Amino acid sequence: MNVITVPSSLDDQSFEQVLEQLAPLAPDDRILLDARNTTWASPYGLTALLTLAQTRLVKPQFYAPEKDDTSSYWSRAKFFDYAADLFEVLGRVPARGPERESGTLLEVTPVSKSDDVHKVVERIQAKASQIITNNLHLESRAVMGFAMALSEACQNIVEHAGRGGWVAVQNYNYRRRMGRHVVQIAVCDAGVGIRQSLESGNRRPLTDRWDDGVALETAVIQGMSRFPDFGRGQGFKGIRGYLRKWKGKLAVRSGTARVADVPPWDDDVVRRDHLAPMPGTQLFIMIPEEVDR
Amino acid sequence: MTMPHIIDVCAVLRSAVNQDYGNLVTRDTGMAVRHQIERELAANREGGITSLDFSSIGLMDYSCADEVVAKLLVLLQNDDLTRGGYVVFRGIGEEHLELVESVLKHHGLALVCVCDDGNPRLIGRVSEAERRAWDMVRIRGTACPADLADEFGFGEDFVAEVLGELSRRRLVVRRGDSGFVALDAADMVQ
Repeated sequence: MNVITVPSSLDDQSFEQVLEQLAPLAPDDRILLDARNTTWASPYGLTALLTLAQTRLVKPQFYAPEKDDTSSYWSRAKFFDYAADLFEVLGRVPARGPERESGTLLEVTPVSKSDDVHKVVERIQAKASQIITNNLHLESRAVMGFAMALSEACQNIVEHAGRGGWVAVQNYNYRRRMGRHVVQIAVCDAGVGIRQSLESGNRRPLTDRWDDGVALETAVIQGMSRFPDFGRGQGFKGIRGYLRKWKGKLAVRSGTARVADVPPWDDDVVRRDHLAPMPGTQLFIMIPEEVDR
Repeated sequence: MTMPHIIDVCAVLRSAVNQDYGNLVTRDTGMAVRHQIERELAANREGGITSLDFSSIGLMDYSCADEVVAKLLVLLQNDDLTRGGYVVFRGIGEEHLELVESVLKHHGLALVCVCDDGNPRLIGRVSEAERRAWDMVRIRGTACPADLADEFGFGEDFVAEVLGELSRRRLVVRRGDSGFVALDAADMVQ
């Protein structure tokens, strides 16, 4: 059994540690993801864990967090509802108790078809409006763009992934880390990934260099889709435009590369290549509270 | 006067997806809604004006706007589902205008939209001359090139060419040999 240690704080950055441990292993190697010492996970962390399980040929084992607060939050976020099918779950999994205020805008939710996207948007509408105007202090028209960005992000799964994925949305008060509220959206799938998606539609640009990083830039920055229709590929453009307006961040990972639209408040790098491989596409969005009012 | 032909886009949405949804999201949904609108437009009288009413729509995303608005306009210009008819968009809220305009500009399209204040607006990609000519026709209700040439500052032929292009793009109604009518005015006097 290969033990993969899940970091104590699991987000889009620290998830790379999980993938680095996994990289030398074959897809059919037996693995145990040990999250006993994990005390915090972002929506990206939770959805990426489920996505990772989908990529394994042998059902992996998963040790649940030992800390009660952590495991009960993961339970309320519905992580264990889906983990039960994808992992052999070890350790104590608390029953999902009564709903309580946790900042969860959308629990971990599967997305595989157009109807799922409708349900996600309908469910999040009222709560998003309240959090975006009251916590993030953005103008009310930002709510519309938020739902649009969420919808377009989820549609990437429906239109391109070739298999179902996951979405989750959470509001945080990052007082210590950033000094403000933020909303995070994670949309992860273990599908074909952006490079293969473009190749399947013969949309690979005529260039000598062709790898996951170039494919990501072609899709995310240049708005190329595997479909030749002129109106396609505008989803990322819409998401990026919305995030630029509200100083938000977008990071998209696919295969062995990651590109990001980095706002002034963040010090992330714009593009990373030669990362540990991960099938599919994983998307991370963060919208911060407006503090310059 | 005939009754204006109005298509409630929210009702079409609910019928097309057979669910009680109020948001125009996803490309699949947009395609289903557009196909139903196409059928309704084709069944409308020849040369008529149809209002597409978006006022009960909650949210809209790029993919759906691309299907419902942009692809519909391309069909109207090229295949002319309305057999010489016109389409006016109504009830597109301020919060959606930016998104719709972005989709239209991407395709080089334009539409006439009657906004919340009741005034028609030309949104999308139009030349400066087209916008001026459209505004002049809108203010007058109806005009011919000779009426506008002086104010325009160019010759009658140039104005006729601009108005002809607006008519081809279904942004003003051509009446007779040289008359042009604003879409909202034409709606009232049918």
